[in-house]
Amino acid sequence: MNPLVPLAAAEMENPLFPPLPELVIGFLAFVIVFGFLAKKLLPNINRVLEERREAIEGGIEKADAAKIEAESVLEQYKAQLAEARHEAARMRQEATEQGAAIILEMRAEGQRQREEITAAGHVQIEADRKAAAAALRQDVGKLAVELAGKLVGESLEDHARQSRTVDRFLEGLEDSASKAEAAR
Amino acid sequence: MSADPTTVLAFETDCHIFSGCGFPAPGLHSFLFEPIIGDADSNIYFNKTMLLALLGTVIIVGFFWAAFRKPKVVPGKLQMVAETGYDFVRRGIVYEIIGKKDGEKYVPLMVSLFFFVWMMNLWSIIPLAQFPVTSIIAYPAALALIVYVIWMSLTFKTHGFVGGFKNLTGYDKSLGAVLPMVMVIEFFSNVLVRPFTHAVRLFANMFAGHTLLLLFTIASWYLLNGIGIAYAGVSFVMVLVMTVFELFIQAVQAYVFVLLACSFIQGALAKHH
Repeated sequence: MNPLVPLAAAEMENPLFPPLPELVIGFLAFVIVFGFLAKKLLPNINRVLEERREAIEGGIEKADAAKIEAESVLEQYKAQLAEARHEAARMRQEATEQGAAIILEMRAEGQRQREEITAAGHVQIEADRKAAAAALRQDVGKLAVELAGKLVGESLEDHARQSRTVDRFLEGLEDSASKAEAAR
Repeated sequence: MSADPTTVLAFETDCHIFSGCGFPAPGLHSFLFEPIIGDADSNIYFNKTMLLALLGTVIIVGFFWAAFRKPKVVPGKLQMVAETGYDFVRRGIVYEIIGKKDGEKYVPLMVSLFFFVWMMNLWSIIPLAQFPVTSIIAYPAALALIVYVIWMSLTFKTHGFVGGFKNLTGYDKSLGAVLPMVMVIEFFSNVLVRPFTHAVRLFANMFAGHTLLLLFTIASWYLLNGIGIAYAGVSFVMVLVMTVFELFIQAVQAYVFVLLACSFIQGALAKHH
């Protein structure tokens, strides 16, 4: 490994003078390195570096796309929510209106029933009054005739007279009663 | 070895201080190698530096082959390391000096140059090899020549013959009377001096570094006798320090070489000079 060189063998030893064989070998060695790197290996790595760059940028693009989608979904959700709210408000409004209508209807129905009941009552009362008046008239007539018979001593049981007399009396009574009512 | 009186050994392994032999200082002879195959006079030979150059080539190609043959989007360790190196040259040097748009074309050249020069420098401290291939002027010269040819052809291709000449001579009308002088100086500087210094800068740094390492290594061995042992320790510490320093210089010189190559090409591509 340590070749010992005689000075005599290197008479033209100017260290700045390039010996041709070394020049050729140096050139050759460099061309080999350059050939491998330039023709195969560096294009290889450039391709991969480009792929890597695209992969990274692709990831970013994907994230962007996901973000946009998420935003659109959120937008949709918000729209749906607003719609639902609107719908609920509308339904509430409807229910309120319906309730009010039902109350009104019920009230009218109640009124109508009350009036019916009242009218029926009036009719009943009128009928009762009429019946009572007829019965009373008969009883009063009879009592009055009996009393008068006793007083006069004669029998006034003659039906025709009796009837006339009683009617006359009672008409008088009714007149006075109606006069009193009118005065009231 | 022959007993020829004109023969001086580069390094006599059994020579110590106080044993009657002088210090076998390193010199130009430390950078000369007898051919492993062939004859030095015939210009057809194969020596240690050539072996290291080709071995270095195999190492670089092997490294990048292993790293970039089937690269993955999610890189392994080796690919990560290689990518870092690649990215350093691409972004740190080429894009910085030439620019991304124009520079992309020269990335493979510059990456090859950087790792080739660095590997050839690294041989300096790799055990058993321990010789920077770039300290033989032929190797930096070959690389500088390649850069020079690309630079010159690019200059004339970009600007045409007259434009290229103006580019190389720093033609600028506003200089007036001193313009001829400037043109002469610029022409010399660009066309002759720059490629020369480009090669020599790398060569001289590696040459000097190797000489220093040799000096302290030889001294450590030479002083290993009697009281000299104490000084041998100091010398050996210097060997370690210089080794670390060389490691740094090797990378720096590879960087500078590529940086200059980029700046030449950038100058050739520049619209206005």
